[in-house]
Amino acid sequence: MIMEYEVVIGMEIHAQLLTKSKLFCGCSTEFGAEPNSQCCPICLGFPGSLPMMNRKAVDHIITTALALNCTVARESIFARKNYFYPDLPKAYQISQDDQPLGEKGYLDIMDSSRRIRIRRIHLEEDAGKLVHTEGEPFSLVDYNRGGASLMEIVTEPDIRSAEEAAAYITELRSILRYIGVCDGNMEEGSLRCEPNISLRLRGAKEFGVKVELKNINSIRAVQRGVAYEVERQSQILNEGGTVIQETRRWDEANGVTISMRSKEEAHDYRYFPEADLVRVVVDNAWLNRMAAALPELPQARRERFIAAYGLPAYDAGVLTESKEIGDFFDKVAAISHDYKAVSNWIMGELMRLLNETGQSLEQTHMTPEVLAEIIALVDKGAINLKSAKEVFEESFRTGKAPSKIVADRGMTQISDEAALSGIIEDVIAANSKVAEDFQAGKEAALGFLVGQVMKETRGQANPAIVNKLLREKL
Amino acid sequence: MTMKLSRKEVEHVAFLSRLALNEREAEEFTRQFNQMFEQFEKLNELDTSQVEPTAHVLQMQNILRQDSVRASLPVDEVLANAPDREDGYFSVPRIME
Ligand SMILES: [Zn+2]
Repeated sequence: MIMEYEVVIGMEIHAQLLTKSKLFCGCSTEFGAEPNSQCCPICLGFPGSLPMMNRKAVDHIITTALALNCTVARESIFARKNYFYPDLPKAYQISQDDQPLGEKGYLDIMDSSRRIRIRRIHLEEDAGKLVHTEGEPFSLVDYNRGGASLMEIVTEPDIRSAEEAAAYITELRSILRYIGVCDGNMEEGSLRCEPNISLRLRGAKEFGVKVELKNINSIRAVQRGVAYEVERQSQILNEGGTVIQETRRWDEANGVTISMRSKEEAHDYRYFPEADLVRVVVDNAWLNRMAAALPELPQARRERFIAAYGLPAYDAGVLTESKEIGDFFDKVAAISHDYKAVSNWIMGELMRLLNETGQSLEQTHMTPEVLAEIIALVDKGAINLKSAKEVFEESFRTGKAPSKIVADRGMTQISDEAALSGIIEDVIAANSKVAEDFQAGKEAALGFLVGQVMKETRGQANPAIVNKLLREKL
Repeated sequence: MTMKLSRKEVEHVAFLSRLALNEREAEEFTRQFNQMFEQFEKLNELDTSQVEPTAHVLQMQNILRQDSVRASLPVDEVLANAPDREDGYFSVPRIME
């Protein structure tokens, strides 16, 4: 018998904070440096060294806590989390246990139809990076990342499906980018997510045995990995088996999860207060400063784009995913009031070219003024849409003004009926058979004739007027 | 003397700290740990229900630094104490994942 299970997922994410220096020392956090070239006595845990906390990192946590509707702890302390592993030079990680900086928040997903509660947000230091070479009897350690500032965000077990897990990460990543605390790069590991997944009979109070997933490097992997794990666990349960509590690694290439068989050793971190750091007290002034600096968040912006610009929900979602694109839309919309056209240009040509060139918007020559001008040129019939796309691409690549491109390339659309009349008569005469077909009721024949006129005018004829004139003359 | 901490727990803590205890040491530390616990029992007699837990003896707060980069150590110095190295990395016995 196939039982009906409820999927229960909690999500733990680690986000590398955008700070220039590490959490407790002045070593650079730049990605891709020579191994162990960004280390000092503090982040290597040499005896006698003392950590000193990076203010920016605390700022970032407070900002995130506010964006995720958390209560910010007015007094926060740090703790040592003790464990032996080669990626941790001190054999303890400075983290937070009691009194984390943020607690009890939430994040709404799926068009606000689902609320995922946030249990806690805390600040800790990152570990070094281990490199394993196939067949070698040793592992290599690079401590450049060790001691960098890391934020942990833990949800309550409120996520109910692979789709919701993916939606949560998508929304969270978008927010972290909006508020500028993390670049959200999952491939490079600056945003890492570890879902824990369990199944229980629908209606049951007790949680099932949970499995933690690691090695998830994209949003697609979140969805696939969780979906696979749900399927695997329900199969085990349906066959009368029991799920083993363990950590499993997502294998992207083969689309499966694999047991990591880590040593049977219950987590026993023996947390105790970090005596090398004094408490962090967040007063009203600090909190207010952070709250005032908070930008409009993706959800609020989506709602505003729908209400103020009359955009479809789909457009609003696409346009607000990145702050840069959303800002750009606002700027174009301030000049050009054909909002749907602005949206179409951004979602179509702009995003296509950004994808193609791999550039960020500010690296290109596209400006709100240029896009608004192109839309105006189309609106008043000066150029047709096909030419407009060519103009857009040239402006995007070179920064040349649209009106100049139109003039230089002789793209001005022919809307003058007198000028088009002669050409249309010639086309009808040269294609009399097709013209007769149309007169006999074959609508499709008109399209061919329009095409011929466009060809004669090298695409510059105004299609609406050509259509109208053809119908009149036939 | 009632044993607060079993020998098994002492061995577990030793394992977590990667300390190899011989028979005599395990016995000895179990006895010493329990003595310490007894001392704490004595302290526990005090009524501290009205006292806030102390996380730090210093009353200072917010000792923070600006987010600015300072020079790191040369790689050779970073690796100077490494038992083994390879291409600028620390080399350790293989970790299975
Ligand atoms: Zn350092």
